[in-house]
Amino acid sequence: MLDKAIIQQLAIIVGHDQVLTSKVNLTTYGYDATADVPKGTPDVIVLPTSVEQVQSVVNLARKHGIAIYPRGAGTNLSGGTIPVERGIVLSLQKMDKILEVDAENLTATVQPGVVIQELNNAAAPHGLMYPPDPGTVTTATMGGSVAENSGGLRGLKYGVTKHYVMGMEVVLANGERVRFGGKTVKNVTAYDFSNLFVGSEGTLGIIVEITCKLLPSPKYRRAMLATYSTVEDAGNTVAGIIKAQVIPATLEIMDNMTIRTVEAFAHVGLPLDAEALLLIEVDGMAEEVVEREAEAVVKVVNANKGKLRVATSDAERDGLWAARRAALPALASLNNTVVLEDATVPRSKITDMLLALSAIGRKYSLVLGTFGHAGDGNLHPTILADKNNLDEMARVHMAVDEIFATALRFGGTLSGEHGIGVAKMKYLGNEIGETGLGLMRSIKNALDPTHMLNPGKLIPAPEAHVLAEVAHATR
Amino acid sequence: MQPADQPVSGLGAYDELKAVRAELDKCMRCGSCMAVCPIYKTDKIEAGVARGKLGVAEAVMDGTLALDDQEVMSMLFNCLVCKSCMQSCPTKVDFARIMLALRAAIVRKNGLPWLKKAIFSTLKHQDLFDSGMKVGALLSGVAFRSAGQKAIAPRSPFAFVGKHAGFDEDRLLPALAATPLRARVPELIQVEQPKTRVAFFTGCSMNYFYPETGEDLLSVLKENNVEVAIPKGQGCCGIPVFVHGDVETIRELGRRNLDAMDRSGAEYLITGCGSCGGAWQHEYNEIFSSDPVYGPKAAYWGARTYDISSFLVDVVKYRRPQGKVDSVVTYHDSCHLKKTMKVSREPREILKGIPGVTFKEMSQPDACCGSGGSYVLTHWGTSTEIATRKVEDAARTEADTLTTGCPACMMQLFDNVHRFGRQGQEVKHYISVLAESYRNEKAAQ
Repeated sequence: MLDKAIIQQLAIIVGHDQVLTSKVNLTTYGYDATADVPKGTPDVIVLPTSVEQVQSVVNLARKHGIAIYPRGAGTNLSGGTIPVERGIVLSLQKMDKILEVDAENLTATVQPGVVIQELNNAAAPHGLMYPPDPGTVTTATMGGSVAENSGGLRGLKYGVTKHYVMGMEVVLANGERVRFGGKTVKNVTAYDFSNLFVGSEGTLGIIVEITCKLLPSPKYRRAMLATYSTVEDAGNTVAGIIKAQVIPATLEIMDNMTIRTVEAFAHVGLPLDAEALLLIEVDGMAEEVVEREAEAVVKVVNANKGKLRVATSDAERDGLWAARRAALPALASLNNTVVLEDATVPRSKITDMLLALSAIGRKYSLVLGTFGHAGDGNLHPTILADKNNLDEMARVHMAVDEIFATALRFGGTLSGEHGIGVAKMKYLGNEIGETGLGLMRSIKNALDPTHMLNPGKLIPAPEAHVLAEVAHATR
Repeated sequence: MQPADQPVSGLGAYDELKAVRAELDKCMRCGSCMAVCPIYKTDKIEAGVARGKLGVAEAVMDGTLALDDQEVMSMLFNCLVCKSCMQSCPTKVDFARIMLALRAAIVRKNGLPWLKKAIFSTLKHQDLFDSGMKVGALLSGVAFRSAGQKAIAPRSPFAFVGKHAGFDEDRLLPALAATPLRARVPELIQVEQPKTRVAFFTGCSMNYFYPETGEDLLSVLKENNVEVAIPKGQGCCGIPVFVHGDVETIRELGRRNLDAMDRSGAEYLITGCGSCGGAWQHEYNEIFSSDPVYGPKAAYWGARTYDISSFLVDVVKYRRPQGKVDSVVTYHDSCHLKKTMKVSREPREILKGIPGVTFKEMSQPDACCGSGGSYVLTHWGTSTEIATRKVEDAARTEADTLTTGCPACMMQLFDNVHRFGRQGQEVKHYISVLAESYRNEKAAQ
């Protein structure tokens, strides 16, 4: 437990109402959206409303050696916000102002607690959008999604969060605030700090302001749904579409297990014997271009023996999307624990990966369904298990080990969009090697020598004596 | 005999907490509820939203938090039970059932707090409740000043005392009717060659606060050749006590209401309040699920209960009104009407079908107004912030009339339109606009 004096000082900094210490509150900030990771219990939750308050909290915490866990809406899937070593949960949800939408420069400047959808709502009257589109777009905060570098369904054509962050203000572990980047399209001044802090998972600093890029919203779109009797045909379609030089906004895949579960759950008229399904949407500013792209897609689907449904109205489009939207809820309804991974492979390995995942499910006798973003190789193998069945959970863990090993074997990565957090930290060295870990340690030690910011996440915590040496050397 | 403190199998969620365990396990902590929870939107803390409350529920069931811990209890009652989270929940967690099961478990363990006990025991005795309301109607002049037609505002000494509970000088509440609805109308309103006979369950708000709305509803049924029974034996639906965990009182009220309707000889049961209608369609079925006598009665009436709008649009195919009502109208979806009774299309269809009415949809029409029955009294600050967003949305439509389908929402909207909304915007039940059109039609003949 933290000293009462520290709680009092926190209350002086942010105001009494913005400091939560009740048992109920400590319980509710002990977890995030990640399944099958240990919960934590913080000492206190602090909800600052200004950058100065964030600085003061950081200074106080540093002085007393208290850990800080920055948190947005807590929707991440890697345990990134769990307070593993007690300390302060720093919830930035009350810093939730959209400071500016600059239609002339196609930028927006926001506080970290702004929900992504709120930014889209503010940009919409200008005909603009913020393209990163994680599944949690209506709940996740900008700060959280920048810290996690979240992706989403439009990654193939529009990229992910890192492609839209142009500048930030960050409070560093030493309590200083630093601004970098800005509204200019081009900026090569200094190191590219934006790309250092995007995806840093709260381990290097606390993001307190973000300037991001906006794009004109596409005016036309065409959605199609294709079903296949083999996974290979679906995989060849993905490759064929790209080869035909069409970059769909959405190119989603579902395996047979997911198709059957979705159909049983939502009754959307999917063929139960289909081995794979693709949801494809092309969009653009000109109707004829979108039409032409849709025609090219139809040709590729037909050449690969796909059965096609094309939406001709918004209602029909919603119908096609309903299948994709139901994927996670449907799978989740099968059991009490949803282990949702995001192992990602080069696009050309999608078919191999899908077949390998299905084999892993069979090998460990698990219920495993895969869906995901075929266009960018980012798959979501999803295992449904009973958390009270220890034998089953042991098999889940073995299967997860094998999923990551397989992704790396195919030249892929541990995480396409969920982040490393606590959930995937033990695999980190397998992808980046000892030298990669060393580089991460160098950066971490330089910016946060006492490892007070989100300890136990992304980068393994050093031994205590190493920490002492680092702290001594940087003093 | 099993000892009293041992869990008894076969009981429902409202008699045995562990019956909700499987429901609780369905929550995958994704936090989708954050997008819609009105309390979370206001407070921005986890304990406000369903995910946080379910986390605490799990801690209670695992034994790491005590059910009757003051903090746990106050968190459990900081919920409007508007069911918005249930609409956006990907795994369809029945949050309301878990929440009410927890509240019922608190009452089983500790009994009702004395204040609630006092209020609810009055409800059990309809005659006492009636006379209490009459006294209230008479005495309201002492504590409240008249603030225009059918509205009252707290007088200054009371306003000063009541400031922290929201009873300040600006507070506008509907005046208690001197004669409640059920005392104004006969038990059976006959028409020539009736299409059918319905029973009208008035609910308390319409009976005591908005009898004119009730009369409008009855006039609309009459215009459509529907015979209406208004059984005298009916009383409170029980939802106001059920949301406080008082399962026994709602059972008692439910039995009395079911008996009253059984004597009505009606084919359908009509409500003009989402909470009451929801009780008939759902809650009675649940609380009487293992009752051999009242279980079947609840099932019978549950299947025959309609909100007045669905009855008009889908059952009797109501006569389109010809009378002109020159008005720009917007509509607020009452939570229990839309999220429990699944009624949202029908009131709009009725409003749009009225000559002269320009219907304007507000942004987020189904966002809660923050009333939550007694929530507005117990959590006035949060409730008012929620209501402010609502009346601002309504104001942006520039509508001169804000309609809804629930008297409790009407009360909340009426007070807050006056404070923070579009000045002069009228608050009405949608049925009153239809009644006005029928009236204008006759006047023009």
